[in-house]
Amino acid sequence: MMTVDLLRIAGQSLARARLRSVMMLIAMSIGVAAVVVLTSLGEGARRYVTGEFRALGTDLIIVLPGRSETTGLQPGMFAGETPRDLTLRDAQAVGRLPGVERIAPLVIGSAPVAAGERSREVPVVGTSAEFMPIRNLSMAQGQFLPPGELDRAVAVCVVGSKVSRELFPKGDALGATVRIGERRFRVIGVLAESGRAIGYDLQELVIVPVSAAQQVFNRESLFRLFVQAHDRDSVPRVRDLVRATLKERHQGEEDVTVITQDAVLATFDRIFVALTLTLAGIASISLAVAGILIMNVMLVAVSQRTAEVGLLKALGARGAQITALFLAEAILLSMAGAAAGLALGYAASWVVGRIYPTLPVGAPPWAVVMAVLIAVASGVVFGLLPARRAARLDPVEALSGRK
Amino acid sequence: MIELRSLSRHFLVGEQLVRALDDVNLNFEAGDYVSIMGPSGSGKSTLLNIIGLLDRPTSGDYVLDGRDTTGLGDDELAALRSRKIGFVFQSFHLVPRMTARENIELPMVLAGVPPAERRRRVDKVLADLGLADRAHHRPDQLSGGQRQRVAIARAMIMEPTVLLADEPTGNLDHVSGAEVLNALEALNARGILLLVVTHDNEVAARARRHVRMRDGKVVLDQRGAAGGLPP
Repeated sequence: MMTVDLLRIAGQSLARARLRSVMMLIAMSIGVAAVVVLTSLGEGARRYVTGEFRALGTDLIIVLPGRSETTGLQPGMFAGETPRDLTLRDAQAVGRLPGVERIAPLVIGSAPVAAGERSREVPVVGTSAEFMPIRNLSMAQGQFLPPGELDRAVAVCVVGSKVSRELFPKGDALGATVRIGERRFRVIGVLAESGRAIGYDLQELVIVPVSAAQQVFNRESLFRLFVQAHDRDSVPRVRDLVRATLKERHQGEEDVTVITQDAVLATFDRIFVALTLTLAGIASISLAVAGILIMNVMLVAVSQRTAEVGLLKALGARGAQITALFLAEAILLSMAGAAAGLALGYAASWVVGRIYPTLPVGAPPWAVVMAVLIAVASGVVFGLLPARRAARLDPVEALSGRK
Repeated sequence: MIELRSLSRHFLVGEQLVRALDDVNLNFEAGDYVSIMGPSGSGKSTLLNIIGLLDRPTSGDYVLDGRDTTGLGDDELAALRSRKIGFVFQSFHLVPRMTARENIELPMVLAGVPPAERRRRVDKVLADLGLADRAHHRPDQLSGGQRQRVAIARAMIMEPTVLLADEPTGNLDHVSGAEVLNALEALNARGILLLVVTHDNEVAARARRHVRMRDGKVVLDQRGAAGGLPP
């Protein structure tokens, strides 16, 4: 039997049994569409998050006090010694290293901020003037923290737009005085709405010079130290330099964690790839269900066409030819279902992309290939049992309609 | 050409052994025109199925064109059916979704005959059977007689040596039945071995050789006109 004839005969019987063909087509296309849509969303989330991080600058190095990697027992642990603080002097030393463009130390705490009668508990961030270019902040009014020595506790502050609205409903924040804890600060700037950062809302912050924050919170240690390298290529070199410098300053103890924005990016990338894989796996279950449906419907088709199978045998069809005929039907159906599912999935992804324009949706190619392969494979696997049952029918009984 | 030697076919129905064929010995030559009659359950359909290689005997030998078929595998039997045997059924057994042309083509499609050759042969056979203008009709658009003629065209398209007709006129009126018998006899006149199973004495009387069966045994095997036959 020629392949053309095989496909023609299979297609003919599918076209004839329109309702059951359409039902199976729908089941299969929903399965494929589910894979496409869910992986599109996972991939979209991955691209969104990594994109956000990339917007923060891939030339960024972040220093955290304490070690996050476990490298066995450290000598200090027996002495009950805590990791050394990351201090402002450390930050100044790092700022003098070659290849470092700018640094921004970070002290974060929560304190009551009051203006007149109004008072509110808000996160207070102590940092330097260079925080602004590092984080791509822009001002709505006034200016950011003035440049100068890190250890000068000038009593000025910059407020987020939301804080400004709540403490100064009349919009007269600039030049006013606020009380943060026990101290007084003059408001010299209000942040513009555009600033964005992962983890906290910049508009709810009050920003003060780093040494002022240390005094407010009575804390020496820095929460973070942002280091910006000259360019992306010098990041690894600067990272090693920062690590070596801090090790030397901490009596040879490597008690800080230095991570690069690239590493953070890579971590998030891995997390979201895993998420997308999980979603693809869940969606594949619906493909398997569609496959089982195909098997059931094909079994019904075989019992409905028993007489036809008997006839084909009488006309000289071999068992393998009858298997091929029924299998071709299942495979044609699952391929058509896969095609319809791809169209459906891409259409749905497009709609989602329209509703959430910031989410860069798009199914990864591997998921599309996988969905189509699983669809066709389930057509083969679940079509095989009914097809073989047809091939094994006894021709005499099949022709007489006794079975 | 066909040699059946002490052929038996037994079925187990529940606890009971049914001897559908019991030690049948028959020989058929090319060009024979044989009617096979007998009451229901006499074994005539079983005989036809075994000759058509759709069923296997429980014991005995079946030699087709000098070849013993008893030891052959399913695929070899299918190949023999394809080349040597044509079937015509009482209920036509046309594939309802296919046109007359496609139904007639089906044995050639299964045998892998190329499309140009298929077209040529179908055109000829349609003309021979007066169906040329019905080529693109589906079975539900054809009359009973036309359907059976399409089935005959399909049975002979591979130019088999044996044509097996099981009650070919059973579902037809008198006029259509006569057309169908004429078509079958025209093939027989060209040398094909024609076996007709029937209940109808009038149909059986047209054959040149008459086999009567009862309880799985051949009770009469007579050549010549049907005049002197018992009912």
